Amino acid sequence: MEHRHQKAPLFHVRKKDDTTFVQAVLIRAVFIILALLVSALFIFFVTKLDPVSVYMSMFKGAFGTARRTWITIRDACLLLMISVALSPAFRMRFWNCGAEGQVLIGGLTTAAFMIYMGNKIPTAALLTLMLVVSAAAGGIWALLPAVFKAKYDTNETLFTLMMNYLAIQLVEFFVDFWDKKQSHSVGIINMTSQKGWFPALFGQQYAINILLVVIITVGVYIYMNYSKHGYEGTVVGESVATARYAGINVPSVIRRNVLISGAIAGIAGFVEVAGISHTISKQTAGGRGFTAIIVCWLAKFNPFIMAVISLFLVFLDKGAAQIASDFGLNEFASDIITGILLFFILSAEFFINYSISRSEPGKEAH
Amino acid sequence: MTTAQLISWLVAAITFGTVIMYGCIGETINQKAGGLNLGVPGIMQLGGISALAAAFIYEKSAAVPVPAVGMIITLLASLLAAGLGGLLYAFLTVSLKVNQNVTGLTLTIFGTGVANFFGGSMMKLSGGVGTISVAATSGAFRMKIPWISTHFGTFGSIFLSHGWMVYVAILAAVIAQIFLSRTRTGLNLRAVGENPATADAAGINVTKYKYLASVIGAAICGLGGLFYVMDYIQGTWANDSAIEALGWLAVALVIFTSWKPKNAVWGAYLFGLCYWAYIYIPAGISKFFAEKFKLTNITYMQNLYKMLPYLVTIVVLCMVSRRKKRENQAPASLGISYFREER
Repeated sequence: MEHRHQKAPLFHVRKKDDTTFVQAVLIRAVFIILALLVSALFIFFVTKLDPVSVYMSMFKGAFGTARRTWITIRDACLLLMISVALSPAFRMRFWNCGAEGQVLIGGLTTAAFMIYMGNKIPTAALLTLMLVVSAAAGGIWALLPAVFKAKYDTNETLFTLMMNYLAIQLVEFFVDFWDKKQSHSVGIINMTSQKGWFPALFGQQYAINILLVVIITVGVYIYMNYSKHGYEGTVVGESVATARYAGINVPSVIRRNVLISGAIAGIAGFVEVAGISHTISKQTAGGRGFTAIIVCWLAKFNPFIMAVISLFLVFLDKGAAQIASDFGLNEFASDIITGILLFFILSAEFFINYSISRSEPGKEAH
Repeated sequence: MTTAQLISWLVAAITFGTVIMYGCIGETINQKAGGLNLGVPGIMQLGGISALAAAFIYEKSAAVPVPAVGMIITLLASLLAAGLGGLLYAFLTVSLKVNQNVTGLTLTIFGTGVANFFGGSMMKLSGGVGTISVAATSGAFRMKIPWISTHFGTFGSIFLSHGWMVYVAILAAVIAQIFLSRTRTGLNLRAVGENPATADAAGINVTKYKYLASVIGAAICGLGGLFYVMDYIQGTWANDSAIEALGWLAVALVIFTSWKPKNAVWGAYLFGLCYWAYIYIPAGISKFFAEKFKLTNITYMQNLYKMLPYLVTIVVLCMVSRRKKRENQAPASLGISYFREER
């Protein structure tokens, strides 16, 4: 055969498991600095602006004032919540790419309750009710692909992706349905009465958002690491065959974990609508469902690292929005810089998990 | 429905279908080598924006733009940009063994960012609020076949009145099908996607195949973006992420066609019919529902009709997985990075 005589590869790649925590942090730091340099080059070539002042401007955009800092924290919490939502599914290697849709459906349900029940029940009861129904809606939206995955091994990546578009169209329909002025926007719901809005707690507007995220993050952490049910999910993710041999009911584990995943994403939609934007549109999820996939995977289910990455990505996003307005750039610069950073952070994983050395000539590995 | 409406529906379906047909063919080649590239939407946008940028720069710099020259420059720019996207994907997933889903999604974020950033900036450059227009180049892509397009009656106006890239897409599907099922290289490629360890043992250069499949596949995907920009929206740009939605449909079409490019020809057009159905669904039906739901405007029903292509995909997905016919399944190593020392 023509391919028989291959040259020995130039590099020899070997898996390593002796990387210390400090080394891992250092490798990541080096790659993040590299990414910032590449982004600086991009900024310089496109805008001819001094990258340092651009980065200063980014920092100002994210943490320049107390209000901006709170908004950055608020948005990082939301991204963290969606990332946490994905972990029970990802643990089983169930690729839930449908968080975008699950967030939307949770938000849509919340908006419906704000509109129809806003004047009928007291705020505390309404908020509790919205929390429950948005979780149920998000859960059901995720459960459908899970049922088919469990029964027929249907490809969940595409199924959940398609569910996103169904959710978008459903939101579009209701936006038109609720919009009284034919402007294809529902505007701010309960603008004057503020019914169904998160009230300020301890004088802090976003206290409830942050509290909810902390509770859910801790809850999921305990569920996944210290409960029998959570452990079953891990076993299914490691090997379905092993799980079956151990007497685990695989389909039921898949359904349960994905239901939890979707429910939390639904609650994230509730937080976004009732606690942040007080409106609903197809932009409500804003791509966070996809970003969260990367956050969750990078953090390897560690909620603390998820929080750090979420904060970092939101910082970038706010920062880029600031440069966009300061220097007359287009807001999509933030996606480019995010993309560059993620490519570098992903590459760093390789140097943490593998070591490479020059192959010795004439000595074929294995 | 009148005959004229039916004709315009079919024409629209073919134009739409061509965008995702390119995406589907490119992604099929990559998936057959084991690479599940969720970056297709991003790569299609890279292909689209670089095509537009190349045409824009050329038409701005040339005193009298020659359509044919603009066309060639545009094609090269598009293939190059999309191919580079594929190279990046291959580098990360094959050489650096990064998870394929995560790499693909990052590529989609990056491609969307690049496309909308430069698309938006170009709109600004070309004079603010107005739209960009690369009329000469776009015209070369949309040029109908002389004589033939007007002399075959209804059949001609449905099937023979498109720009040349519509027919190249069909040709590409046929070539890809023959390549994958009938040639030695195609067989090797499939072996890499089914079982890379066995392929490696048989002396096939797994890394080379994976790289080439990713780069060539991505370049073909990029043509989908180019066709969208030059033909579908006639040489303009809109920051509405429409290509992104089409990219996901292209990925879905790969499964719909059960990894056989020949099925992409009719599958893509069928998706096109579903996509445009919302305009052609009889007003009577919309009126019925509008009264039921107390809608103030019957066009609101279109929001729900637009679910059709996604619903069809879901139904097909479920049916294919239920039947479990062996020849309709995904390549066995799809989505998994190959590491020689783990075999």
